[in-house]
Amino acid sequence: MPKNNDIKKVLVLGSGPIVIGQAAEFDYAGTQACRSLKEEGIEVVLLNSNPATIMTDKDIADRVYIEPLTVEVVEQLIMKEKPDSILPTLGGQAGLNLAMELEDAGFLKKHNVRLIGTTALTIKKAEDREMFKETMEKIGEPVAPSDIVENVEDGLRIAEAIGYPVVLRPAYTLGGSGGGIARDPEQCREILENGLRLSRVGQVLVERCIAGWKEIEYEVMRDGAGNVITVCNMENIDPVGVHTGDSIVVAPSQTLGDKEYQMLRTSALKIISELGITGGCNVQYALHPESFEYCVIEVNPRVSRSSALASKATGYPIAKVAAKIALGYTLDEIKNAVTKKTYASFEPMLDYCVVKMPRLPFDKFISAKRTLGTQMKATGEVMSICTNFEGGLMKAIRSLEQHVDCLLSYDFSHLNDEELTEQLHVVDDRRIWVIAEALRRGFTYEQIHEITRIDVWFIDKLAILVEMENALKKGPLTVELLREAKRIEFPDNVISRLTGVSQDEIRRMRKENGIVAAFKMVDTCAAEFAAETPYYYSCFGSENEAVETSGRKKVLVLGSGPIRIGQGIEFDFCSVHSTWSFSREGYETIIVNNNPETVSTDFDIADKLYFEPLTPEDVESIVDVEKPDGAVVQFGGQTAIKLTEALMKMGVPILGTAAEDVDAAEDRELFDRILEECEIPRPAGHTVFTAEEAKKAANELGYPVLVRPSYVLGGQGMQIAISDQDIDEFIGIINQIAQEHPILVDKYIVGKEIEVDAVCDGEDILIPGIMEHIERAGVHSGDSISVYPAQSISQKTKETLVEYTRRLARALHVKGMINIQFIVSGEDVYVIEVNPRSSRTVPYISKVTGIPIVPLATQVICGHKIKELGYKPGLQPEADYIAVKMPVFSFEKIRGADVNLGPEMKSTGECLGIAKTFNEALYKAFAGAGIKLPKHKNMIITVKDSDKEEIIDIARRFQAQGYKIFSTAGTAKALNANGVKALTVRKLEQESPNLLDLILGHEIDLVIDTPPQGADRSRDGFIIRRNAIETGVTVLTSLDTAAALVTSMENRAKELTLIDIATVKNA
Amino acid sequence: MKAFLILEDGTIFTGTSIGSTREVISEIVFNTSMTGYLEVLTDPSYAGQAVVMTYPLIGNYGICHDDMESLKPWPDGYIVRELSRIPSNFRSEDTIQHFLEENDIPGISGIDTRALTKILREKGTMNGMITTKEYSDLSEPIERMKAYSVTGVVKKTTCKEKYVLPGDGKKVALLDLGAKKNIARSLNERGCQVTVYPATTAAEEILASDPDGIMLSNGPGDPKECTDIIEEIKKLYESDVPIFAICLGHQLMALANGADTHKLKYGHRGGNHPVKDLETGRVYISSQNHGYVVDTDTLDPSVAVPAFVNVNDGTNEGLKYVGKNIFTVQYHPEACPGPEDSGYLFDKFIKMMEVDR
Repeated sequence: MPKNNDIKKVLVLGSGPIVIGQAAEFDYAGTQACRSLKEEGIEVVLLNSNPATIMTDKDIADRVYIEPLTVEVVEQLIMKEKPDSILPTLGGQAGLNLAMELEDAGFLKKHNVRLIGTTALTIKKAEDREMFKETMEKIGEPVAPSDIVENVEDGLRIAEAIGYPVVLRPAYTLGGSGGGIARDPEQCREILENGLRLSRVGQVLVERCIAGWKEIEYEVMRDGAGNVITVCNMENIDPVGVHTGDSIVVAPSQTLGDKEYQMLRTSALKIISELGITGGCNVQYALHPESFEYCVIEVNPRVSRSSALASKATGYPIAKVAAKIALGYTLDEIKNAVTKKTYASFEPMLDYCVVKMPRLPFDKFISAKRTLGTQMKATGEVMSICTNFEGGLMKAIRSLEQHVDCLLSYDFSHLNDEELTEQLHVVDDRRIWVIAEALRRGFTYEQIHEITRIDVWFIDKLAILVEMENALKKGPLTVELLREAKRIEFPDNVISRLTGVSQDEIRRMRKENGIVAAFKMVDTCAAEFAAETPYYYSCFGSENEAVETSGRKKVLVLGSGPIRIGQGIEFDFCSVHSTWSFSREGYETIIVNNNPETVSTDFDIADKLYFEPLTPEDVESIVDVEKPDGAVVQFGGQTAIKLTEALMKMGVPILGTAAEDVDAAEDRELFDRILEECEIPRPAGHTVFTAEEAKKAANELGYPVLVRPSYVLGGQGMQIAISDQDIDEFIGIINQIAQEHPILVDKYIVGKEIEVDAVCDGEDILIPGIMEHIERAGVHSGDSISVYPAQSISQKTKETLVEYTRRLARALHVKGMINIQFIVSGEDVYVIEVNPRSSRTVPYISKVTGIPIVPLATQVICGHKIKELGYKPGLQPEADYIAVKMPVFSFEKIRGADVNLGPEMKSTGECLGIAKTFNEALYKAFAGAGIKLPKHKNMIITVKDSDKEEIIDIARRFQAQGYKIFSTAGTAKALNANGVKALTVRKLEQESPNLLDLILGHEIDLVIDTPPQGADRSRDGFIIRRNAIETGVTVLTSLDTAAALVTSMENRAKELTLIDIATVKNA
Repeated sequence: MKAFLILEDGTIFTGTSIGSTREVISEIVFNTSMTGYLEVLTDPSYAGQAVVMTYPLIGNYGICHDDMESLKPWPDGYIVRELSRIPSNFRSEDTIQHFLEENDIPGISGIDTRALTKILREKGTMNGMITTKEYSDLSEPIERMKAYSVTGVVKKTTCKEKYVLPGDGKKVALLDLGAKKNIARSLNERGCQVTVYPATTAAEEILASDPDGIMLSNGPGDPKECTDIIEEIKKLYESDVPIFAICLGHQLMALANGADTHKLKYGHRGGNHPVKDLETGRVYISSQNHGYVVDTDTLDPSVAVPAFVNVNDGTNEGLKYVGKNIFTVQYHPEACPGPEDSGYLFDKFIKMMEVDR
């Protein structure tokens, strides 16, 4: 069936800010699909509130709207742009939900817009629990006994009837938000109350608990003619009970025979056919480990995290094919882009094993519960490819970027056998390490399987790794032992640690005996056909397939690894744009990365893709084969920066800013010297190594002080200390996260935080714009609301900022990107941080100024001068628009995490508000972040003493908006004394009704709670904030944010002006 | 113990011996299925060949004897990247290691199966040797390898005597050319009474039993070698009894009607091949195992016309016989291993038999 020629202009819905459960995979899918649509001559209108995405680039779509993903905005946009079709299957659950709301309201029909890629009926059949169950029953596909409830009492009754334990799943939520397993009525009630509230339709599914069954997924595709194929199946190592996003997943399935494999495959194809999906679909199964019994757990009628994984695991571009299918093509008409010989109507065959591991944020939320359940907690993931499972797992572990490199990285040796058995029952992110320890102790496979329900096949593989550890420890390190250790991907540094043989000696032994990494191609067809796309993975003991190409100059672009708090999708944006620019400069481009969710690991972004861990050894193997002319590290965040030294040792020139200069920015003494030379003030500070030294420094500087480790991301471990006691506590925490670098202690200065990204060619600088943070210094820049252009600083200050930026960029010999954070106190400007690399704000500032910073920086790196690139050096004229970047958090997903904002970054994503006026931009930004107020017009205010004066005006303004204010005694007194009416509520420890009852009464819109300076030891505040977050109440811990929110409410416009970012031009 | 795989072009792969340590020369072919290694091992169509599994992890779920597609494994040799140290599946009754030993199948593990597959893809299917003997001079074994050809395999794999799978429905005569069990089972499950005949059975004997339909099975080797059987099939063609044929059966029917077959460069073996129904345009993912193919240029269009085509390489995947109740496919609707998408063809055959009566 050829293309449907009625489709000419398509509105594509993105998924909005990155939150847990909805991450970079939708940028990958969206970008791929948009390119696929444009290839067909379709005019693409894109809506996504997330400015950090590649899909919101004007290269990707024709018209780009970075606006809130709300029904009102989509309606307005449809009327403005008049698309003939809307493609809602690429924007995750957010996109589908929006499409459904529009469809239900009859809006699409009225405006003659058709849904493509799916139909409303399909979405309902897959997403509405009752209809889903009916549909499955109709085609004889089993689902776990269940019922949908809309109130707690019914839920308890149904649970009783099904029998505990039961699984509770709220309808229409992200990543299983608000769901869980209840083992008794009390737990059931608790989860139900929360889940009913979180569900868009107020429904929760109560279901038979099938925890412990094998969890298997199938990615299937169907075209309009009814042709169906399976792209890939995947087996979760963690049995049912752990969200698939938090599970270690292997592709293809390993413990299923052909009978089981085909049974589920046939079922998945039956389901996609019955649902009438045109495009991709994910079906999740629970398979009884000891029979052929299975249940369909869930169907996602759209691209998903799993489809991104399946695409990367197989080389089959699901989103691209889905987009073509949406246009009317059939599978046998779409070319297989990898082989370029065969067609999309086939099933990929793997001749390797893929392992995916979740990247969990417990390094950021040390107080959070590490346990994993049906609520997804991972912020990102890594994938690895190897010819054996053990090697795949080892490669995935070291890709995680959390100081782990083998099964010894978490130490459980201090537990006695009984405690270890106990620990095996704990389902958390360290479970495989616990199993490894149990294996070291001689626990049997059966014992471990009995407790964990993990298949013994996987346990045996962990045992093989443990046996290798033992063999290496025992020694001697023979060539044969080394060969076997490398086959299962033990990195040299681990072998060195276990054997005591130096890494250099190991490397020498390896090279002498030909034990070197070979690269194999991911070709979708297990070598049956010659493939055209150089997408490689490494393994040992094999023949190398990667051909060293020559002719053009070659650049190695190092990616940024898994998405985690502090290093998000922004760095993928930078890596991809840099790659494209190098390509335009005539370079052959090679990307190294290990994140399956990203655009950078799509097979046609660079000339070559190496899907590998980003460690020195893994990169060196690539360098040995490719012999690149240079490497660029400044676009891949800390992950890439950390490789600088190693690359230099390998003899690979670092393109752009030199490694010494990167070091100079991080080395306190060197940096102080540079600041001094440049005559730039910075807050006084010291470099220390111990708590004693830190306390001495702090007392000398005078509290409050900022304490932080050097060389970290997103302010990890950074705290504001107000006492010696704080210092002791913080240094203890810092040391927990394996700190090899010194600790910095700085005077904490209260002021406005300003951020600048600049491009420097060694002489001139180009500053696209100055960004100002709404929150005062002390809140991590990534968690602050950021405004461009800066609104409240003087022209003189701006000039100072530009001058300081120029001086610093020159002094650090920056060639490429630099990011500087300043504090402005009055007219005084201090530098607080310099990063001679691309930063988190680069995508945002590029889009709102229309200046393509990454391409400019790349051109500069290639030797061009800013002047010859058509720009006048210095600060660029301000755009006509005001843009507000709003951080978005995923606190509700992480039980036990404190929501209090501070120097440690906590947000997972961001959205943008852009408008002609500041107030409208602010309103859009809040709307984009999902803060839609007022609802009940009740709020709680409880602030620390030092904020009592400042809160009065804010409270008065909320009151003017019709808010009824509840406060604890101290705050209420301060408010009432100043003519703001506040009702006093009892503190937590006091009898009911108290603060908590108020929050749990579901009538509170907002909590403003500013905890005391320093570490918040107040349990009360913590409990209040957690409970508020978990019941869906907005919590603000900064007065600045609160003031901004009330400003946005005061200025709520009736009609928003939608701005096509593609038309934003620098004046 | 060390083992070697030597190809007739002189390439040597060194690995570890699995199964029997006996030396064997065979035709080396690769299969891309990710599951179903036991079904592959027991598919009689592999008689005379040694199979390379492109999926690197084999034996993960052990051996479940119910999954065997015939009474014993047929390949001359078995070539894998890695055999699982332990099997894990609730149905597993044995390890693959033991199964290979017990059945005296020589094999090799620990070699770069992808590199081997690429050689076979580039140079075409070739002969090779699996041995534990270290040859200092390859010229002698290579000469032996070159002399090898797959012959007499249908007679080797077919049943010795006819037998009946009782059923209440249509009476089907299944000519066993080296049949996979699931062909008979697929018919039997649909109620058919299936009488399985040895490959050498005369057409007259089959027709004398007055079957409602005749099924020609899959089987090993070069179809053109089966000259006697082709003669019998000509008679079956003339009989007007509905006929459904799979794989070798499909090729023999074409040969019986004057068409030609030729050997593919490296064949189709796996569970992911797209075949397109030329009438409806629908594409099905199929299980395949064939080294030869019907040459459609040599078909007399008044006798038979292509019904299915391979989407990847455009080769013939099925024929419809003009004016006859006969249809034949190159691929395996009985699956095992592989996709079950084409099971409907058995229903179609049954319908054909019903209409005919």
